[in-house]
Amino acid sequence: MDRFVFLTVDGLSRGAVYAAFALALVLIWRAARVVNFAQGAMAVAAAYVAYTVSAATGSYWLGFVVAIVAGLLLGALVDRVVMRHVDHASPLNPVIVALGLVLLIQAVLGMVYGSEFRPAEAPFSRSALTVGGVAVLSPYDLFVFATIGVVVSGLAWMFARTPVGLRMRAAAFAPEVSRLLGVNVGGMLTFGWALASGVGALAAMLVLPTELGLHPHAMDLVFVSAFTAAVVGGLDSPPGAVVGGLVVGLVLSYVSGYAGSDLTPLAVLVLLLAVLLVRPGGLFAPVAARRV
Amino acid sequence: MSATRAALPPKQQLDERGGRPVDRRRGSTLLRHLAVVLAAGLLLVAVSYTVEPFRNFQLATVAAYFCATAGLTVLTGLNGQLSLGHGALMATGAYTAALCQTAFADRGMTGGWLLPLSLGAAIVGTVAVGAVVGVAAARLRGPYLAGVTLAVAVVVPALAVTFDGVFNGEQGLSVPVEPPPLSLGPYFPYERWQLWVTGAATLLAVLLLANLIRSRYGRTFRAVRDDEVAARLAGIHVARTQVLAFVVSAATAGLGGALLAVLAQSVSPGAFSLTLSLFLLMAVVIGGLGRLTGALWGAVLLVALPDLTHSLTEMLTLSPAVAQRLEGNLPLAIFGLTLIVVMIAAPGGVQGLLSRLGRAVLARGRARRS
Repeated sequence: MDRFVFLTVDGLSRGAVYAAFALALVLIWRAARVVNFAQGAMAVAAAYVAYTVSAATGSYWLGFVVAIVAGLLLGALVDRVVMRHVDHASPLNPVIVALGLVLLIQAVLGMVYGSEFRPAEAPFSRSALTVGGVAVLSPYDLFVFATIGVVVSGLAWMFARTPVGLRMRAAAFAPEVSRLLGVNVGGMLTFGWALASGVGALAAMLVLPTELGLHPHAMDLVFVSAFTAAVVGGLDSPPGAVVGGLVVGLVLSYVSGYAGSDLTPLAVLVLLLAVLLVRPGGLFAPVAARRV
Repeated sequence: MSATRAALPPKQQLDERGGRPVDRRRGSTLLRHLAVVLAAGLLLVAVSYTVEPFRNFQLATVAAYFCATAGLTVLTGLNGQLSLGHGALMATGAYTAALCQTAFADRGMTGGWLLPLSLGAAIVGTVAVGAVVGVAAARLRGPYLAGVTLAVAVVVPALAVTFDGVFNGEQGLSVPVEPPPLSLGPYFPYERWQLWVTGAATLLAVLLLANLIRSRYGRTFRAVRDDEVAARLAGIHVARTQVLAFVVSAATAGLGGALLAVLAQSVSPGAFSLTLSLFLLMAVVIGGLGRLTGALWGAVLLVALPDLTHSLTEMLTLSPAVAQRLEGNLPLAIFGLTLIVVMIAAPGGVQGLLSRLGRAVLARGRARRS
C-alpha cells in the first residue's frame, strides 16, 4: 500500500509535467494545425540557456526565469523564421521541417555544450516527507504541482476571459473572418508559438531534475510521452491534454514501479497504439465530422 | 488521377480492345530495369578494382543506406505515409541478421549460402514487425502516424537494453562474417568483397522496387496518396494498399540494416537511434521524395557529408575536444539546416532540381535547333 501511494504521487507529479508539455503541443495544434515535433529540442535548448545563466550567476531562479523567456523567444523565432514559410498543403511538410529543426537544435547544442550529461539541480529537496509513516510528497513535487497548476489555470483564464485569448481562438478557428474583423492573425499565431514554447521550456525545467540530467536528447522520451498524453486527451482539447498527462504519468509510474523501469518506453508505445487504435480522436474527442 | 493522366507521354495509345491507355514501353520495363541494374553492377565491379579499400567500404555503406532510403521513398513519396521509425526497422533487420550469423557460427556451419540465408531471415523478421506497425499505421494519418512511428524509433532501440539477455544491452552483438570465398584468390581484399555483397543485394532489392513502382501496385500506391476517397471509389482497398506499402518498405529497411550489420560486423542500439531514422527521412527528402534516384542521392549524402566534415575539421586544426564536438554534430546541423531549406525552397529535392535543370537544357537545345 505504501508503495502504491508513493507510485501514485510520483506518477501524478510526473504526469503534471507531461500535462504541461502536452498542453504546449495542443496550443500549437489548435493555432496552426501543426504538431510541433521540435518541441522537445526547443525546450532542451531553453534549459541549456538556463543552465548557463545559473552557472554564471549561481542563482537557480534567475536561470528558471531566463529559461521561460528563452522558450518564448525561441517559439516566436521558429514561427517567424521557419514555420511561417512552410507550405502547409501537405501535412507532411511541417512535420518534416520540425524534424529538421530537431536535428539542427540538437546538433548546435552538442557543438556548444558537448554531449555529456550535465547535472540539472532541483530548487527543493526531492526526498519525500512522511505523513503517518508513509512517504508521500517531496517538497519538489509540491513545487511542480503548484507551478503547473498556476500555468494551467493561467492559460485557461487567458483563453476564456481575456481579449487576447478571444482573438487567439478566433484567429485559430476562422482566420479569414478574424482578419476582416481586425485581428492580427499572424501576430496571434506567433504569440501562440511563443506561449507554447515557453510552457514547453517550463516543463523541461521541471522534468529534467527528475531524469538523468541535461543532454541534447534528454527530452526525446519525454516528448513521446507528452505526445501520447496529448493523443490520449485528443489533440484538440486542452483539458484533455491535462487529464491525458496525468493518466500517462500514472501508467508509466505503475509500470516502472511494478514491472521494471526498463519497460516504460515500451509501455508508452503500447499505450499510444492502444489509444489510437481504439479511440483515435482521444478520450475527449467530439463526434468526428468528415470534410468531403 | 486526372493530373497523372494529363501528364502521360504521347507514346501511350488506346488499346483497341480494352480502351485503356497502354504504355508502349511497358512490355520492356523489366528488361529496361534489368539493363540498368546490370550496367550499375558492372560499373560497381569496375570501380571496386580501381579505388582504395576504404572507398570500397564507403560505397558498400552507401549501398546499404540506399536499400533503406529506397524503401522509405516508396512509402513516403509514393504512398504518402510518413515513417520516422525506419531506423528501428533497420535495427530489427540488423539484430535478426546478427542472431542468425551468431547461431550459424556457434554451430560451426560454413558455406556461401549462410549469409543470404541470414539476410533473408532479416527480411522476414522485419516484414513481421513492419506488418504489425503497418496495420496500425494504415488507420492513422498525418501527425498521428508521425507520432507513432517516432515512438517506435525511440522505443525499439531501448528494447535491446530491456532484453539484454538476448541482445546484450548497450554493447550489442558482434556479427561473425566469413571471409571472401577462396575461389576469388587468396589475397582478395575484404572491402571489395563487402562492396560486392552489399551491392548485389541492394541492386536486387532496387530492381524489385523499380518494377513494383511501375506495376499495378505502384499505381495503386500513388492513387491512395493523391486521393483516398477517389482511390476507394476506383475499387482500391486503401488500408490493404497502405499495409502492403509499409511491409515492402520495411523489408528493404530490414535488408539495409542487415547489410549495415554485416559491414560493421557488429550491432548496437546506439547505431540505430532516433537520429538514424531522422537521417533516413532527411535523405529521401533532400534527394527528392518519391524517386529512387533521389533515394540514391540521399544515401550518398548520408555517407559523404560526415566524411566531408571530418576532413574539414582536420583542416581547421582545432583542439581535440572542440574537433570531436564539431565532428559528431556538424553533419547533423548541416543536415537539419538543409532539410529546412530544401522543404521551404525546393520541395523536389536534389533530383527535382536535376530534372528541372535537365529539362531546361533540353528545351534550350530544342529551341536552338528549331
